[in-house]
Amino acid sequence: MSPRAAWRLESMGFTRVYDYVAGKADWGAAGLPLEGTVGTRAGDLARTDVPTCRLDGRLVDVRARAWRAGWDTCLVVNEERVVLGQVGRRALNSEGGESRTVEEVMRPGPSTVRPSRSAESLAERMERNSLTSVVVTRSDGRLVGVVRREDVAPRGAGSGPPLR
Amino acid sequence: MPTEIDREEVQRLLGQGARLVEVLPAAEYREEHLPGAVSIPLKELDRAAVAQLERERPVIVYCHDYQ
Repeated sequence: MSPRAAWRLESMGFTRVYDYVAGKADWGAAGLPLEGTVGTRAGDLARTDVPTCRLDGRLVDVRARAWRAGWDTCLVVNEERVVLGQVGRRALNSEGGESRTVEEVMRPGPSTVRPSRSAESLAERMERNSLTSVVVTRSDGRLVGVVRREDVAPRGAGSGPPLR
Repeated sequence: MPTEIDREEVQRLLGQGARLVEVLPAAEYREEHLPGAVSIPLKELDRAAVAQLERERPVIVYCHDYQ
């Protein structure tokens, strides 16, 4: 649509016409602000204090840190904060692990949503797929945070377990 | 010939005073649009509609994505 608009503007004498072809989907996915009637978005709800760890981290250390912070998950990121995987509750709770690394126990490539996703749409997705949490990343894969089900659902309506 | 640009270039041009024009239907503009953008839906893009735009300033058009 925008290419046709750009050409039409040129036909009317505009000489400095630019086409942002990736459009507002790209803008919002990058975590940049949008205006309008859409209310709360995933980026607004994302809990940014979710623990992060590196691939070569030791599971025992990650577990202790996550629990200390009141979380039951840890997101695996690289030095650019790009999400590579997730150490979920099951892996954190697994026995032993003195010598195990994050890379050995993590679930690679967790599903993510963009910060511009509306809270309403996100709530529908979480309900439909029985998700207790969703990772929010920008379009370049960098971590924004985590939205828990209770953050988007009405209080008491299928909210997740008390741990974050 | 219109120049295709990316997000970084949009931000750079906005810093130089470019005008942003969303060409999606007005209802979609009302829901969400880039800060400072004006709404001129493609179906209403005529000489009267563009009278609000200064020809000496860069104009950036956009829609939702690669449509």
